[in-house]
Order: sequence, then C-alpha cells, then structure tokens
Amino acid sequence: MTKREGRLGIGLILPAVLVVGLLVVFPLVWNIALSFQQARLINIREVSLVGFEPTLQNYKTVIGASDFWPVLRTTFVYTIFGTFFSILLGLWAALVLNKAFRGKALVRGLVLFPYVVPVIAAAFVWKIMLNPTFGVANVWLERLGLPAIDFLNTRSYEVTVFGLFSFEIPLALMTVIAFEAWRYFPFAFLFILAALQSLPEDINEAAVVDGATLSQRFWYVTLPQLRPVLAVLVLLRFIWTFNKFDDVFLLTGGGAGTEVITVKIIDWLTGRGNVGAAAALGIILALMLIVLVVIYMKFFYKEEVA
Amino acid sequence: MTRAVFEERLFGVLKWISVVFFVIICLFPLVYMVALSFKPIADLLRDPAKWWPSLEQVLNADTYQTVLKPVDQGGQGFLVFIRNSSIVAVATVILTLAVGILAAYSAARLNFFGKRAVSFGMIMVYLFPVVVVSIPLFVMFSRIGLRSSLYGLIIVYLASTLPVALYMLRNYFNAIPVELEEAGMVDGLSRFGVIRKVTIPLAAPAIAAVGLYVFMIAWNEFLYALLFVLERRDLWTLSLGVQQLDNQEVPTTVLMAGSVIISIPVILLFFLAERWLREGLTAGGVKG
Repeated sequence: MTKREGRLGIGLILPAVLVVGLLVVFPLVWNIALSFQQARLINIREVSLVGFEPTLQNYKTVIGASDFWPVLRTTFVYTIFGTFFSILLGLWAALVLNKAFRGKALVRGLVLFPYVVPVIAAAFVWKIMLNPTFGVANVWLERLGLPAIDFLNTRSYEVTVFGLFSFEIPLALMTVIAFEAWRYFPFAFLFILAALQSLPEDINEAAVVDGATLSQRFWYVTLPQLRPVLAVLVLLRFIWTFNKFDDVFLLTGGGAGTEVITVKIIDWLTGRGNVGAAAALGIILALMLIVLVVIYMKFFYKEEVA
Repeated sequence: MTRAVFEERLFGVLKWISVVFFVIICLFPLVYMVALSFKPIADLLRDPAKWWPSLEQVLNADTYQTVLKPVDQGGQGFLVFIRNSSIVAVATVILTLAVGILAAYSAARLNFFGKRAVSFGMIMVYLFPVVVVSIPLFVMFSRIGLRSSLYGLIIVYLASTLPVALYMLRNYFNAIPVELEEAGMVDGLSRFGVIRKVTIPLAAPAIAAVGLYVFMIAWNEFLYALLFVLERRDLWTLSLGVQQLDNQEVPTTVLMAGSVIISIPVILLFFLAERWLREGLTAGGVKG
C-alpha cells in the first residue's frame, strides 16, 4: 500500500462516507439522545443534542402503553409469516419456471411485477380489489353466494366449518401477510432461480439413474443444495419485513389488529407528537434488529465481502 | 404405473397450473388497475361486476384529464407531483452515481486505512431500519429548515441509496480485470483517466442497472416524503399525492389513474432493462 494510493482511496470514498455519516450514522446516534429526552413536536425547535436532563420516561411510556405487547406480537406474526410465505411462493415459482418452456422469458419477467410496481400503486389496487362495496373480490364472493367481506378492516372473522364448529381468524392481519407474500416472492424467486441454475447437473442425473422420483430428487438432492440461499433469504427478508413501514401503513393504517412496530413509531411521532417516545420505540426496534444483524454477520458475512 | 411415472405426470400437470396461477396473481392486479383507471366512479358503483371500461371511456380518458388538471381547474394537480417526483428521482440518480462510482472504485481497487471498517459500516447501514433514522432527521431538518423542501428529500434519498449503490458497483468493478486498467496506466492515463476511460465504459451496463435501481427507489419512496413535505401540497411527490388524496372526496378511479401514472415509468424502465435489473437485484443482495 503506497501512501499516495492510501490518500487517493480515502479521498474518493470520503464524500460517500460523509453523506452516509451525516445523514444516517449521526441521526442514529442522535436518536439515542432523543430517546432519553422529553421532546415534543411542539417544542421541536428547542430540542438540542446535548444539555438536557436524561430521563427514562419515554421508555416507560412506550413499554407501559397498553398496546405495546400486542404490537410486538403483531410485528412478529407479520414478519415470520410474511417471510415464510414470500420465500415459499418464491421457491415454488423458481422450481416451476426453471425448466425451459415456451414463453418462459415472458413469464419470468411478469413474475417480477409485484416487486417492481411502486408500493403505493400496489397497496392501492389491493385496497380497491378488496373493497367491500365495489371491489372485484367481493363481486366474486357474491357470485359464489357468499356475503361481502371487508378484508382489510376486519380484526377477527368467524369461520364455520360445515356448520360443525367455528373459530376466529385475524383476517386483516392475514390479508396484510398475503400482500407481503405476494409483493416480495419475486425477490426470493430471483435468488432461488439463480441458485438453481448454478447447481451442478451431475448430482441430479446420478439420482435419476438411481431411480429417484421427482419429489425424492427435490427433497434429497435439490433442497439440501438450496439451503445456503434459503438461509440468506430468510434472514434478509426477516430483517426487511421487520423494518417495513409502507406496506401496512398504506393498506390499513395500522387498524384492525395490523399495527406493527414501525407504524406505531410513526404514530408516536406524527400522530401524538411525542418525538421522545417515537425515538425510544425506535431504539427498541433497533436493538432487536442488531441481534438479528449480528446473527446474519456471524453466519453469512464472509471475509471476501470486505 | 410406477411412482416415478406417476410423479412425472402429476408434476407435469401441476407445473402448468402453477404457471397459470403465477401469471394471474402477477398480472391481474395490474390489469384491474388499468381497467378501473378509465372508468367513471359512478359507473363502477352502479355495477361493480363490470369493471372493464368501454372503448369510448378509454379514448376519452376523462379520469386522466381530471387527475392531471391543476386544482384551480377542478383537477387534482398531478402534473406538479410528476414534476416533483421526476426532479427528486433524477437528482438522486445523478448524485448517487457520481458519489457512488468514486467510492466504489476506491473500495474495489485501492488500499487504504479503514477500508474494511467502511465496507462493513455500509452493509450495516443498508440493513438498518429507515424508520429509526427518520425520527432524528425529522427533528434535524425541522431545525435547519430543510423540511418542506425537495432538497431535503434529495439528500436523504442520496444517503439511503448510496450504501446499496456502493455495494453493487463495487462488486461489478471487482469483476473488471485489473490488467485492463494497468494497461491504461502504462499508456499514460492518470487514475481519474483510468476511471473515466476504462472502468466506467466497461461497467456501463452495470452502472445503468444501478442507476435504474436507484431511480426506482427514489421514485417509489413514501415515508420520507410523508414526513418531510406533507405540509406543502406543491411539493408532494406522486406517492404522497395518491396516499393523501385517498379519501371520500376524490373519486377512486381518478386516483387509480394516478397509480397508473406512477407505475408507467417504472414498468417501462423495467422492460427496457429487465436483464440488467435482474442481475443487479441479485448482486445487491448477495455476494456472488
């Protein structure tokens, strides 16, 4: 490493580091300060980085709120099922679209639509499709002779099986999870397809020679080889779904039992004007995430990335 | 029939059912969106089952006229939102590429103190929750007067797209043979000459892919727009416009036209560069 190269290297990367440092890292640090401070939207101009009486009040307020645990529970249910179903759909799509057939390129392109379309458009069209008075979903339900359902505003829906017994399902939350699975399965699809195409053919051929059936080859040959990519996908999708704000906010605004932690944070910030409480809940979210990122780094962050 | 033959046939049929299933779930919402965007709301309310528009309605495109017309002419003023979204997205792409290319070159080719820490830090930032960063930014921008300004949005978008752009670009630059650059140096090019005449032309498709990806992030962004420019309608982006006007007063199908307008550039770009994007997306998420 020559001295000149070192200086040039730092010089070239400096603008990026400054921008990210000033607009991401510094705010994160400030967020910690805010979380120990009585900061309201009304006195936002008097909030300072230093020179305040540290207090744990925000954390008490946030954790003591009657909906803290339900929100946490909703967040985990949303994240776990959203992650699971998006990857499951992605795996299914990748397996189906891996082999050559007519129009394959076209279908592979179409399948990426849900992921590419702006979230606002996707959420809006889902809202309209599921609208209980004029949405197309209820037009179809009506044709089947079923009553209209307000999918996004029904906290719990009673399902009766053959008139024998009935149980409640969290309908709005399930709908939001379905949206999540629909919107992000193309992401999983891309990764799994790329992995499938780089698998060596000979192992599969050997299994064919040994008389393994299609399902056996999937379970015992393909799936084990996909484990690394699936592991990466689970963590990435989990982290990103956990952080997700737009989708739930745009679909339900956090109503009908769908309030996740990010929506709650923005509610503290803009809805209730309690900047300190929002910051405190943000720190709680970040702490939970750091644990996840550490796991990710430990298992998947390789030397070569640096 | 043996189990193997049975399975071949069963999965052969299931495969086609699956293809149809995926095509429907991906395409139908878009078709529905475009169809509704041409219908007057009264028509839809009268008969929700007939959601496709007539030829006349498509040719008139009344909803599109309404959504684009300025507010003082009884429209929704989406032309202003289109302008705002375009300014913000294009500026973000230019700035991110300018800063990102230099940084990525440095991370890919040069040795310097703290390189590992910087790369590691960028990945951490990439995985971190946006919501947490948005609170102090909200406070900070309120204090320095960058709230209610498109400049504020642009620099926030720059900061949030830089880590992923840097990461993707660095992977591409790593794939360029060093020998080509060394040949350039031997021919008397300076380091910047090499970047401009060798690295950038060779990585052009990759740079285009990153640019498109950044454009899509900035064009689609919603949370920062909500936090920063909500109070000034003349600064709303398209995403914010659709979300804010989604209320009783504005006809749903008019907003559907707005949704179509947001989606058009993204889908066009996507078709133009589908392969680049597909490779870009996978390169951005996972090494190798």
